[in-house]
Amino acid sequence: MSILGTAVVIGLIGLVCGVLLAYIAGRFSVKEDPRVEEAIAVLPGANCGGCGFAGCASYAKAVITGDAPVDRCSAGGAAVVDKLSKLTGRSGSASEPKAAVVMCGGDNNAAKQKSVYNGITDCGAANIVSGGPKACIYGCLGLGTCARACPKNAIRLEGGIASVDPALCIGCGQCVSVCPRGLIRLVPRSHRIHVLCSSPEKGAAVRKVCSKGCIGCGLCVKAEGGVSMTMSGAIARIEYDKAPVANPEAVAGKCPSKCLVNLDLSDRGERA
Amino acid sequence: MRVVDAPYTFRGGVHPPEKKELSSGSAAVELPLPDLLKVPLSQHLGAPAKAVVSVGDHVRRGDVIGSAAGVISANVHSPTSGTVKAFESLPSPAGRVVQHCVIEPDGQDERSNELAPFADWESRTPAELIERISAAGIVGMGGAGFPTGVKVNPPPGKKIHTLVVNGAECEPYLTADHRLMLEKTERVWTGIRILRKILGAEKVCIAIEANKPDAIELFSRIDSDEGVEVVVLKARYPHGSEKQQIFATMGFEVPSGGLPADVGCVVENVGTMSAVCDAVLDGKPLDSRYVSVTGEAVARPGNFIARCGMSFRYLIEAAGGFSVSPVKIVAGGPMMGFAVSSPDIYVTKTTSGILCLDERHTFEYSSSPCIGCGRCNSVCPMRLLPSEMACAIEADDIDGAAALHVADCFECGSCSFSCPAHRPLVQHFRRAKGVLTLRRMQKKAEEDSRKKTEQTHGSK
Repeated sequence: MSILGTAVVIGLIGLVCGVLLAYIAGRFSVKEDPRVEEAIAVLPGANCGGCGFAGCASYAKAVITGDAPVDRCSAGGAAVVDKLSKLTGRSGSASEPKAAVVMCGGDNNAAKQKSVYNGITDCGAANIVSGGPKACIYGCLGLGTCARACPKNAIRLEGGIASVDPALCIGCGQCVSVCPRGLIRLVPRSHRIHVLCSSPEKGAAVRKVCSKGCIGCGLCVKAEGGVSMTMSGAIARIEYDKAPVANPEAVAGKCPSKCLVNLDLSDRGERA
Repeated sequence: MRVVDAPYTFRGGVHPPEKKELSSGSAAVELPLPDLLKVPLSQHLGAPAKAVVSVGDHVRRGDVIGSAAGVISANVHSPTSGTVKAFESLPSPAGRVVQHCVIEPDGQDERSNELAPFADWESRTPAELIERISAAGIVGMGGAGFPTGVKVNPPPGKKIHTLVVNGAECEPYLTADHRLMLEKTERVWTGIRILRKILGAEKVCIAIEANKPDAIELFSRIDSDEGVEVVVLKARYPHGSEKQQIFATMGFEVPSGGLPADVGCVVENVGTMSAVCDAVLDGKPLDSRYVSVTGEAVARPGNFIARCGMSFRYLIEAAGGFSVSPVKIVAGGPMMGFAVSSPDIYVTKTTSGILCLDERHTFEYSSSPCIGCGRCNSVCPMRLLPSEMACAIEADDIDGAAALHVADCFECGSCSFSCPAHRPLVQHFRRAKGVLTLRRMQKKAEEDSRKKTEQTHGSK
């Protein structure tokens, strides 16, 4: 008999709470724009932070409330901008798809090692103790702080140098901000020619520390005609805001130290 | 003067093998001039000096080649007479890239007479003496290189009652300060009197570790003024750190983030004292110093009077070169010094030693996780918790480390020295301190630009 009483009492409590909760849910419900859910579905869901927001959901909300432009998602590209424009009625132009490139080619074979580094595996920590193991003070430290920051595991460490897989890179720029030497750049994917050296030193000084450094000979700029390439002191520079180099094979072949490379960044993996 | 035992001692610390016997017996040797001197333009804490000579100029010994750029900065003088050949960017002993002025000596070693000797220094005003100290480019020679002219000029309202003279030299291997105290006792003493006059300090404590009885003996024989005493510290590392030394000699604790001036003290190294004496009495700027070249990989360890800008290679050759192939070369002592990647590094005002270690005395370790033994916590002379701070920093929680006062760490290395898991604790703390400094600078820059915008808007 007593078990029946308990069941009735518990059941009544459950009923009262249920009614109360149902009332509260109706009375205090927050009306959310249904488009936010749609915008979240449109975004790639990488949560890379490249847009400047905490993740895809908060960017979606900001787009719908009008606090953010529709063209901030570097991972999604033009398709996402189109869909977000349709949702919001605001237009935006997708910037050219970009990929990260590590502007250093000094792997363990090319770059001279000045000492044994035996400390914390972190580029920032190595940089403060005599600048890490390599003699070049501008080059990649090769300890993988960028690889750990990459949300897509697009950065590989091989032979003491980091390199980005363009097919996996979503262009979010997380690696750019963590590199203590500022070696990583987001470049337009249409460009094929890149200078994989960041040392502003003159040729002789570069040669002393690395066999793959830019020695500032200027042959590439001459071959290219100086349209999209210039010499910036003792290093060749690509003008990424101009048109891509027209004759990449011919230009890349000119480089005596092989720091000028002809990279195909057009493969955007499954997002293409 | 009176010799007393230190009334207090700091908590923690370590006592590594001293190894001072390698070089403590050899008197300092003045070296002949090398073919080239490469003088770093940043030999001090603060802004690098601005080059004021150009390539091709003839300079005399004592001419200013780099002038102080800012309040916390110091003049750099030519260490000999000769011709300026070039300016080169080279690594400093601490691993930063610094502009070096390359001077080819002409062999005359002709002195400039820019600074007149103050034979009557006792009748000069403190302001005149401070000006002279700054003009002579004197910086703290114990290691940090803080400009002395700034240190002895505390902000108004901060009365200095005690001058602590640091002759502890607690770093293993190094004997440069020890030899200086033995060979230049009178110069050091005159420097102390000059600084005491500037500061108006009632008391002077000459702090020397008990492992240098000959230096203690020499100072005790000086017929001293009132209020001066030699304080004998127990031989323990890091007694040479200013905060630990103030506590050991007087029992005052410098507040977190504060300076010795906050408790009415100024701490100066004995080398700085001798440099002050040279600058005031003889008008000689600081351009040379005592350097110990020591370690098991050196053929004849010894002490040298080296000019700033001499290469480590030159000094090591003067010490007989390497007896065995060195595995590690350290600028400074083994605890707080910086490992350098080549002997082509140049002596600065703060290079107290060049330590060359052979294979038996170096050790390539791999670090393992913290085992929670707490040794680092019990040896930290600042009473910090290195184990906790390192865990926070490993998890990238710099704010957590800041809350544990990582900024008070002065990188003495006692924690790393005693860690059985060989954790790179000091490197963690240096990284965290670097991040905190960077953040502070960014915040200041932001505030400055905000103020600027507000001002321009206000004027409209």
